[in-house]
This record gives sequence, structure tokens and C-alpha cells, in this order.
Amino acid sequence: MSDRITIMLDGRPVEVDAGVLLIQAAQDAGTYIPRFCWHPRMNPVGMCRMCLVEVEGPGGTMLTTSCTVPVSEGMVVHTASETVKKAQEGVLEFLLINHPLDCPVCDRGGECPLQDQTMAFGPGESRYVEEKRHFEKPIPISDLVMLDRERCILCARCVRFSDDIAGDPLIEFLDRGNYTQVNTFADEPFASYFSGNTVQICPVGALTATPYRFRARPWDLEAVESVCAGCSVGCRVSVQSSQNEILRLLGVDVEATNHGWLCDKGRFGFQHLAAPDRLTTPLVRGEDGELHEASWSDALDRAARGLAAIVDSSGEGAVAGLGGSRSTNEEALAFERLMRHTIGTPHLDAAMGDALDARLLAAAPRRGLIGDLEQASTVLVWGPDLREELPVLYLRVRRAVAELGAGLVVVHPRASGLDTIADHVVRYRPGEGGALLARLAAGDGDLAEVRSALDDGPVVAIVGRTGLTEDGDLAGAVAGFAAELPDASVLAVSRRSNLYGAIDMGLAPGMGPGRVGEDPGRDADGIVEGLRDGSVKGLVLLGADPAGDHPSGTAGDALSRAEFVVSIDLFINDSNRGADVVLPAAGFAEVEGTMTNLEGRVQKVNRLVPAPGQARPANEILADLADRLGGKWESSTAESLASDIATLVPYADVSWEALDRGTGGDGILARGGDVVYSVPTVSTSVGNGMALHLGRVLYDRGTALMMDPSLAKLTQKPVLHLHPDDASSLGVAVGDQVRVSGSDGSAEVDAAVDPSLSPGVVYLPFNLGVSVGSDPSVTVEKVT
Amino acid sequence: MTDRILTVRMEAHPADSNTLDRYEATGGYATLRKALVEMSPEQIRDEVKAANLRGRGGAGFPAGVKWGFLAPAEPRYLVINADESEPGTFKDRQLLERDPHQLIEGIVLSSYALGVNHAFIYIRGEYARPARRVQRAVEEAYDAGYLGENILDSGLALDVMVHLGAGAYICGEETALLNSLEGRRGEPRLKPPFPAVEGLYAKPTIVNNVETISNIPWIIANGGSAYDAIGPEGSRGTRIFSLSGHVARPGNYEVVMGMTWREMIYQIGGGIRDGNELKCWIPGGASAPWFTPAVLDEPVTLDDAGRLGSMLGSGGIVVMDETTDVVAAALSIVKFFAHESCGQCTPCREGATWLERILQRIVTGHGREADIGLLLDVCDNISPGLRWPPAQTTICPLGPSLVSPITSIMTHFRSEVEAMIRHAEPAGV
Ligand SMILES: Cc1cc2nc3c(=O)[nH]c(=O)nc-3n(C[C@H](O)[C@H](O)[C@H](O)COP(=O)(O)O)c2cc1C
Ligand code: SF4
Ligand code: SF4
Ligand code: FES
Repeated sequence: MSDRITIMLDGRPVEVDAGVLLIQAAQDAGTYIPRFCWHPRMNPVGMCRMCLVEVEGPGGTMLTTSCTVPVSEGMVVHTASETVKKAQEGVLEFLLINHPLDCPVCDRGGECPLQDQTMAFGPGESRYVEEKRHFEKPIPISDLVMLDRERCILCARCVRFSDDIAGDPLIEFLDRGNYTQVNTFADEPFASYFSGNTVQICPVGALTATPYRFRARPWDLEAVESVCAGCSVGCRVSVQSSQNEILRLLGVDVEATNHGWLCDKGRFGFQHLAAPDRLTTPLVRGEDGELHEASWSDALDRAARGLAAIVDSSGEGAVAGLGGSRSTNEEALAFERLMRHTIGTPHLDAAMGDALDARLLAAAPRRGLIGDLEQASTVLVWGPDLREELPVLYLRVRRAVAELGAGLVVVHPRASGLDTIADHVVRYRPGEGGALLARLAAGDGDLAEVRSALDDGPVVAIVGRTGLTEDGDLAGAVAGFAAELPDASVLAVSRRSNLYGAIDMGLAPGMGPGRVGEDPGRDADGIVEGLRDGSVKGLVLLGADPAGDHPSGTAGDALSRAEFVVSIDLFINDSNRGADVVLPAAGFAEVEGTMTNLEGRVQKVNRLVPAPGQARPANEILADLADRLGGKWESSTAESLASDIATLVPYADVSWEALDRGTGGDGILARGGDVVYSVPTVSTSVGNGMALHLGRVLYDRGTALMMDPSLAKLTQKPVLHLHPDDASSLGVAVGDQVRVSGSDGSAEVDAAVDPSLSPGVVYLPFNLGVSVGSDPSVTVEKVT
Repeated sequence: MTDRILTVRMEAHPADSNTLDRYEATGGYATLRKALVEMSPEQIRDEVKAANLRGRGGAGFPAGVKWGFLAPAEPRYLVINADESEPGTFKDRQLLERDPHQLIEGIVLSSYALGVNHAFIYIRGEYARPARRVQRAVEEAYDAGYLGENILDSGLALDVMVHLGAGAYICGEETALLNSLEGRRGEPRLKPPFPAVEGLYAKPTIVNNVETISNIPWIIANGGSAYDAIGPEGSRGTRIFSLSGHVARPGNYEVVMGMTWREMIYQIGGGIRDGNELKCWIPGGASAPWFTPAVLDEPVTLDDAGRLGSMLGSGGIVVMDETTDVVAAALSIVKFFAHESCGQCTPCREGATWLERILQRIVTGHGREADIGLLLDVCDNISPGLRWPPAQTTICPLGPSLVSPITSIMTHFRSEVEAMIRHAEPAGV
């Protein structure tokens, strides 16, 4: 707890937190000091001068910017004296003389701090008769953001966010004095995964997001708070709609998770929900082999008959379920019931063979919190490139290191987003992580320094799969190593938004709802294998696209051998294009429920708009299907499933009511459960030849992303990255075509050179349209 | 009694006062040689403190006191402010060009006193010749063992780097200078922290003016109390004034302070050109409020200038005779500051250009009745109360600086402004 001190605020003594900035202390005490440049999540710059107040000092009373001085005991402050009022009015007038005042056509109109403060504190009429400053307007500074320099009040929030928070210093002040402007550098576009935050924090309408421009007026918007479904960080958002269409997402400042920030994929990824290709009616495969629209009852009948037939002919174990990691906990629990209880199969998995052992995710040793980063003295990241997979966790690590001074060790096969601020960067060859871990644990040679840094706790270890050719057990072994350090907590990370919740709801082989043991079953790899060899004949997909997501790249082929496939989804994709029954589901902001993030933090998601056409919440679809299969469920609505979830031990404190009420955005931690994770040992296969690193990029060709008009154009074409030595020994130059052949296929792609790789390692981004399988061993040749 | 300290050598040896040979031949570096053996850093600091040497860059802060604020963290830096961009000020130029070794000896002594191993000389971009001369002198000093790893076998290590600015007045402000030196935009930083605590690369840093540091060899050679015996209290030592404008003999003059303004203008400056009448003068660089003949018999000291509502600032005295259009003069200064505003804080960025445009209108015959009140009110929003020393709504003193010429003409020549507006073309803007 922070110390409290007393200051005199406008003649009354108030108790405030020691050490906080005066502007914050005054606000906590109920006095709002107007401001433009100050942002509670960024270092103050004192530039706009709007927050001037008078502070009494030994040399008399002085005008001071309240955003730059910390409070001290006995400080005497005047926020409303004549001098202060005059100064604030003066600053506002200065800001307005060059402002275009085009509020009627500005996105910010109605929620603009400049407009609001002009009403509250500003001068009545303009004394400025000179010509205003002119700039070409607006100019695109990225694919998603437009800049109107005439509206800009030069508060540097965007610049500071980019420089200090995101570490993408591509937007800057140019020129000086009256000609000062923000802009990007001509030869460096504003290519940031976080650009949308600048739009949200711009105190005027200078920065606008292309997906939202001119779409609505703030007073027409309806809003609910919810959780971003982009990844498992679980950023809090305000979802805003007009006329039943979602128009924007804003970050909500939550201490535990996102600090108000969002990545662009999360912020702008809602447009797929209104895409024309969205499924709106059930589809059933006809005699002609095509999918045809059908009524709900026909489609459900057909689905039930097909699944029952397989159970009858080949037993319960011939049916399997995949998916649920993008669903709510309530939907996931319904899926688990259908599969494990109504149908009776143990084969179900929310992951797609691309995550980690479910036990590690649900019960990592010394499982930590994102907030542990605030106290960390060393952060170890041996896992995915956080900027590509868990972008806001990347921001939190950046903050811990760049702002709070923690040390950083990054272990990754190639340059990752955090390298530039890391104290130690360790590279290795995919497949040889086990040997590296042994050397690290022993503090061998050049790793001695890293090893001793890790004894300097508190350590936060973020572990996960660096890439998809890597053995998932490596992350488990790293977690095990980290857990043995003197003072460490572990975050075992995987990307999909509600994977942790789905596992907690029992969507993992051998694990039932509430992190308890269950009969063993097949995981995703096993299910794909079973489809291929015919032992799995029937499949239920819940928002799952194994054809696109399973690292082997061959799941699509396996799926085509299934006898009967039911898919519950928002879109047609490579996995359900050949399904027998496709049932349209409600998606983000169309259902109510809970989600669980990578820390085990349960948060409420809310409904704002109706699902399109006949699409329905998945739990209702699953309950109807169960009904036709003879399952007698007591609860099928999300709300009643939520009460069932509250009976699970780790979720005992979780209720919609509690989440909507007192816990604010922080949610409730679901901790405990019977499951224990036993740390595996990893074998190292030292390969010769080329080793493939199959890493994820933020904008891949996932279905939702490809359906999103703003984001789809940001996906890149696949390129094979080679170490310069390998490129030259293969005679390959940048842009040449190379053929890469792996365990499950080969592909011809352009070559690029990447000196951050170890020699002998090649890197191919995953899910950009080519796939060669997930074995690390590949061959590469030049296409002539 | 000593009446000159800094310009003796250059006066006596105009052909080669900048060379090491001449410097050594006239006693140069002897003080350093002696001090490194006989004096502790603390003793040097004590002498500088006892000298009551006040900074020559503009603010007049006592150098010894500033040195006392230097935080203990390592490394520490010394930065010489040779940005000299204040209109009407050209005295550092002479010291850089004509006696660079005097400055370098001052730097080595100061660095020894302050525990500094890296010193920087930040020279304004337009000063190509002074920069060349300083660079050559630095090289000579390295070759002769006055700089480098083990200075005169004393164990002291000091590197000196000469850095050229890129042509921005604001980079003379010490924290903007540090930003510029670090490769950032030349914008003043928020204070506190002051450079002595967190300066260059966030390390403790002393920033001193060229003239300030050029005094150090004499002070160490002769003792702080000898320096403190020169000139009136509060304005000890000698000072180089840059006299310009409508005086008969413009130029740099090193003098002991305390004479009257009348002596300064009529004796030292040789009176007003063409026998004209004196109208007013700027006593200490373009930022300083103007004086009129009413104060001609007041003494030229820092404290008296302050008492009279202005300052000796950078030592640049600009004299204006009866033929001067004071509104145009004010406009030209405001234009300069508007051009040089870094643009980071609202009142200066927006206010400077606004004031410039109003004055421009008045000067070109488009002034309006309301403009006088408007000018003063806009000034008030930059420097509340229009008092001296100025309050400011801005980050750095450049804001209030641009107010000085306007309050000066409004205080002393309001009728001229009014007349100009009365004769304006009725159409206005
Ligand atoms: C706008 C502005 C411009 C300045 N320009 C100069 C300059 O050109 N040279 C200089 O020595 N000091 C200049 N100063 C003063 C410096 O900030 C600083 O006070 C000085 O370098 C300290 O040295 P001193 O204590 O030896 O005088 C300027 C200050 C301001 C506010
Ligand atoms: S664009 Fe917006 S956030 Fe950036 S400086 Fe201008 S007003 Fe501030
Ligand atoms: S007063 Fe002017 S020069 Fe000084 S910081 Fe503000 S904008 Fe920059
Ligand atoms: S909010 Fe304090 S100066 Fe801008």
C-alpha cells in the first residue's frame, strides 16, 4: 500500500497517495484539472500546458503544470484561481487559433476533449483574424490510420505511445515552431501492430481509423464491456455499435491485463462478423454432393442421425470433437457434455496440435500472473515471438524491461520483437532446444551470465512453443527449469483466445471440467491420425479449422476421409467445406458468457448485437443436438451453464453476477484443481541438413482475418528466410524462388535473407498459404 | 588593479593568439601544470566558489554554486555552451576564435575539479571558423599532453569533443543543447531534474558558457579572492559586452562592471552614430526588456539591471537611435523568436506566430484599435502578469523572451504604436 499524505487543494486539506503526480492526486480527490498531453499510462511531457495550476513555494506562488510535479506533504495548490483560469483559457485559445473547427465532420465530435474543454474552460469568441495553418489533409500514415495535421494539437501522445510503449518509433515530430507537425518518415511507413492505440488516445480527431471514419457519431453508439477474442491475453474492450452493427472496439484500462492498449488485430478484427460470407442458415449436404440451405430441425436431425450411425456401427470412440478454444466457457462446457457424456467419446481437444500440453497450460508449476512483470527483476522469454502471437503481453514485457528496468533474456530461433531491448539473446536450432536447456541450466560457457541473471529474482518466465516444428514438451521442460529457480513464476502461453477456458471446461483428452482427471483419449494429433487410418469416422468441429491450423498441413486430407462431419462455425473454411452438416453459430459480441485468459483470469463477455440470420449461440445448438442423441440436459442456456461452471472447484468464486458487479475489469482468477503437470524430459535430435523454424505471424491467413476487409490486406505472402551463408552456398539471392521440402509436402516460395537465423536454420511463417509439414528437418533448393 | 582578463593575449598578439605556441609563450597551461600537482579538486572548486563568478550565458547563476549541485553519480560530463545565438551577442565567438587554449585550459581545470573525463564543446552551426580553430587547438592540446589519457603525467584522463549545432537558437538553452548533443530534437527538457543531477545521457552534467569557463585559468592562477576583488558586489570580474546598433564604435569590449550606462554607450561605444539622439537600447540580448535614456546614469551590474526590470543576459547591448522604428524593431525580434521556437509548448508555438502577425499587420498599416489590448493579452497568456523577472506558462524562457520587445514598446513608445494604428488603412485585414 502506498503512503498517504495531505495537501491543501483549493483551500481544503485532502489526503492523497504519496508520490503521484498532482494532476492524478487532484483527480483522485475529485478535482479534475483539464489536460491534453498527459496520459496516465505514459510519462508526462508537460507540453500542452493545459493543466497549469498554482503551487505555493518558498519563492511565492508559481504556475506549474500539474502533470509534471509529484505531490509532496503540505503542498498548497490552487486549481481555480483567477491566474489559473486565465492561463488555462489562454492555452485553450492558443490551441484553437489554428484548429479547423470542423467538428461537424470530425469523428471525434461529441467525444472530443478539445471540444469539451472549450465548452467548460474556453474563451467565448475568436480574436484570431489571421489565416489558419494549412496542411494537406488527411494523409494515410498506415493501412489503418489517417492523420489530419490541421486538427493535431501536438500533444505527442501518439509519438510517445509509439516510441515508449510500442517501441515502433515511426511517427515523430518534424519541423519546429509554428510548422511543427507529426508525421511518419517518408521511407518508413507507420507499420506497427499497435497503431490503433494512437487513434484512441489522440485527444482530438487528428488520428482516425479507416474502419471507423465517418461511420457514426458518438452519441449514436451503444456500448458494452467485453473481452477481446484475438488472443489469450484477454484484453478488456468496450464494444461499440450502431444500428446493430459493431463499429469499433476501444481498449479499457485494466491494471491486470492490457493497461488500456489493444493490438490492431484485436481492435480492428471485428469486421469479419458482418462479412457477407458469414453463415446465416444451416447447411446440409445434398444428394448432389453440394451444401444446401436447410431448416434448423432438418439440419440437427441430419447431424444427430449421422453421428448416431457411427456410434452404432463403430462405437463411441469412432467419434471425436475438435475445437472450442474460440468459444465462451459456457459453450465449451456444452461441447464437452455433448462429446464426453451424450456421445460418450474420450477423444476431444480444443487445441489443434499447435499448443502445449493441456496440463501445462492449466496447471503450470509456479503459475504466475501478467502483473508479476511489474516486480520482475529478470524476464525470460523462451516461447513464441510475443509481438506476433500475444501482442499486448509483448507490451507488458516491454514496459517491464524498458520502463521498469527488468533484465530480459530472449531465447528464440530468430530475431523476435523483444530482441532490441533484451540483455541476452540466445539462438538455437529447432529440435536442439533440449540440449540448449541443459547447457543453460548448467550455466555452460557463454550461458553463464544468463544463468546467473536467472538467479536474480523475481524472475517471470514466459514459456511456449517458439515455433510449430518444435516439440511442445520443450516448453514444459523450460517451465520445469524455471520453476526450480530461487524466485520465479511461470506463464505457459499459447495463443488462441479461450484455449485456457476450453481446457478448464474439459476440452482436452484425459482432463474433465474443473481441471480433474478423466479417461485418456486422443488429442488433436491422435484424432487427425485416427481420421487418416479410419479409426475415427465421425467428427464434430466447434469453431475449428484443423485443415488450416494443424501444423502438419495434412489435416484437410485426413478430414476428407471422415465418414461424417458436423461443423459449428461462422464461416465456410477448408475444414468444413466438405462437411455433411454446417451449423451457423453466433460469434463475438453476439453471445454472453465468460472467457479465461492465459493467467486463468475469468472475465465476462457480453452481447451487444444480434447474430445474423438464423445463427445461434453454440451452446444452444449443442444442446439441441444432444437432445436428438438422447442426452437429457438440465441446462442449455448460457446462464444455466454458468451456474454449472460455478460448481467446478477452480471456478467456485466465478459468477456472472460477481463479474458484472464488483470485480471491475480485473475478472476473477480461477486457480486450483486436481491436475498436476509432470515436467517432461526432452530429447534432442541433432539434425544435419536444414532445420525449419515454423513461426507464427500476427496477420496470418486465419479465416476470420481473411474475412476482415481491413486486416486481410495486411497479410503477406509467404517467404522462406535463409541465413546469408546458406543463401550463398545455395546460390540464392533475395527474391529468387526456392523449393522447400519437408515431412508433409513441398512448396515453392520467394527467398529472403535473415542474418538473425543460425546457419542451417530456415524460417517459414506459418499459415500464409503454404505448408510443408511440421517436422524440423527440411531440404531447400533453388528453383531454376 | 586588473581591468582585463580574457582579451589580453588576443589584443597583444592578434596574429597568432589562437596557437598553442603563443599560448604557452604567454604563460598558458602553467596554471594547469601547477594545479594538477599542488591542488586537490576540492581546492579548485573552493577557489571558483570564492571568486563569485556568475555565469556569462544569460542567467547569471553563480558557477561555484552550480558546481556544488553536481550529483555524485558516474560518469559526469562538462558541456561548454558555445551556441551563442542570442541576437546582438558575439563575444564567445571572439574567445573561441582568438583564444581557444584559454578555454581548453579552463575545461581541463574544471574537469579535474568536477571529476569529469568527458567534456563537450557545443558550437553553433554557423560558427565554422571558430569551430575550426577550436578543433585545431584541441588537437594541439592532445599532442602536447594537455588532453588525453594521462594529462601531464598526473593520471588525469580527459577527452574533449567538439560538436557543431545545426542552426537552432533554442539549442543554446542548456537542456535543448543536451538533447541535441544526444541526437534528439533540440527541445528544452522539463526541469527538474536539472542537468547537474540528470543531464547528458541522464548523467550529472555541468553546462557552462564559453566565457564563464575561460575565466577559470585566471581564477586558479590568481585565487578566487583576487577575482572577487574586481568589480562591484554581485558582478565580480570582468565581462565582455558586445556593443552593436547605432553606436559609433560597435564591437566587443571587456570591462569591469559598475560603470554607468552613459559611460558604456557614450565612452566605450563612442556615442551615437551621426550625432543622433539615443532612443533606447537592449541591455542584454534580444530577450531583455529595453532601457531608455531615463536610466542612463544607473550602474551596469547584474543586480541593478534586474532591479530596473531587465537583465545583462548574454552581454549583448543593442543601441537604437532616434531614427529607429521601434515597432519594426520589435517585430524583427518577435519574428526571430517565432522562427526559433522549438514548438513543443502551446503558448510559445502558437503565441509567437500570432504576435508576429499582429505586429506585422500594424507595421504594414493594417493595425486595428483592438490590437494593442490583444497584443498585451496574448503576451500575458505567455508571461502572466507581464512582470520582471517573468512568470511563464511555457516550458522554457523563450516564451517570455518574445514578450520583452512588445512590453518594451508598449511601456515606452505606446504613442508610436497608437499613431501607427491611427494611420492605418481603414479596410484593415
Ligand atoms: C532560449 C535560450 C537560449 C540560450 N542560449 C544560450 C547561448 O547561446 N549560450 C549560452 O551560453 N547560454 C545560453 N542560454 C543559457 C543556458 O541555458 C545556460 O543557462 C548557460 O549555458 C549556463 O552557463 P553559465 O552558467 O556559464 O552562464 C540560453 C537560454 C535560453 C533559455
Ligand atoms: S496526432 Fe493526436 S495524439 Fe498525435 S500529437 Fe497530434 S493531437 Fe496528439
Ligand atoms: S517556450 Fe518555446 S522554445 Fe521554449 S520549450 Fe516552449 S515552445 Fe520550445
Ligand atoms: S496535461 Fe500537463 S502540460 Fe499537457
